[in-house]
Amino acid sequence: MAPRLKLFLPLILFAMLAITLFRGLSLDPSEMPSALIDRPFPAFNLTGLGQSRPLSQADLEGQVSLVNVWATWCVACRVEHPYLNQLSQQGVPLFGLNYKDNDADAQRWLDELGNPYRFNIADRDGTLGLDLGVYGAPETYLVDATGVIRYRHVGVVDEGVWSALLEPLYQTLTEENDTQ
Amino acid sequence: MNRTSLLLVIAVAMFAAPALALIETYDFSDPELEVRYQSLTQELRCPKCQNQNIADSNAPISQDLRKLLHQQLEAGESDDEILDHMVARYGEFVRYRPSFGGVSIILWLAPALLLLAAFGVLLLTLRSKSRATTAGVASLSAEEQARLASLLNKVGQDS
Repeated sequence: MAPRLKLFLPLILFAMLAITLFRGLSLDPSEMPSALIDRPFPAFNLTGLGQSRPLSQADLEGQVSLVNVWATWCVACRVEHPYLNQLSQQGVPLFGLNYKDNDADAQRWLDELGNPYRFNIADRDGTLGLDLGVYGAPETYLVDATGVIRYRHVGVVDEGVWSALLEPLYQTLTEENDTQ
Repeated sequence: MNRTSLLLVIAVAMFAAPALALIETYDFSDPELEVRYQSLTQELRCPKCQNQNIADSNAPISQDLRKLLHQQLEAGESDDEILDHMVARYGEFVRYRPSFGGVSIILWLAPALLLLAAFGVLLLTLRSKSRATTAGVASLSAEEQARLASLLNKVGQDS
């Protein structure tokens, strides 16, 4: 290496380090990709909230849908709830997974704040949550018409998240499903 | 209520809260299972708190994972089966000792590769340095050698 180029070596190393660290500033370390992407929704057999009919993973199939993990003890769930109501009014199929909650509290929540869900799976002991790899509510899973998980969002779903992350994939999957 | 029983109630209330906060304990049918339970809870990482293993964490998710782990151990599952089960749900992230293979192969091999690279650089530097010195000695012509010798001689006489 020419001696003059050698002088620039520390500068080049510094620039590389700076770029790496700068990128780190905008990354969220708590965000993990789900291990279940492109895998079928885990099998379950649980009762629904406010209904006695047992529910299973087959009940989620047939259309592209969102499965929203929520609980009354989850503060951020209250924040996203109005937007979920709005999505459901737009015709987006939403299923609820009431995670480690108390049925009476959950029912009161839905009566007070509105019910955007087609049905709610009552995961009282969090067993389905464990199979799904849920680590904090709210989480929202995009499930395709064959019951395969295609995307997971951890945290509040709002207008920005929906239009930037969920809606494009939702539209593509819906179109794919319609042409078949 | 008299004074003594009131004090008693206060005393009980004071000790009740820390007792509830304690990490739950499990009974194992075999002491060997308990040893494996301890080592697995050390190795599994809490998905929510991220920088704690599930043995140290009191997050609800860690409690659930410990409960699951206890059930799996009692059901006779091997360590590998249990780890595979956890990784299938929470990803490689959940292990503090990632498996050798896939993307994590970078983690395992990077230190050795970096060390090799450092030795390579060291060797190259040393070699080019020694070449520079030998080349410097050889570049003195016979005339210059003679002059050097005479100068050194002169210094020797002066002192």
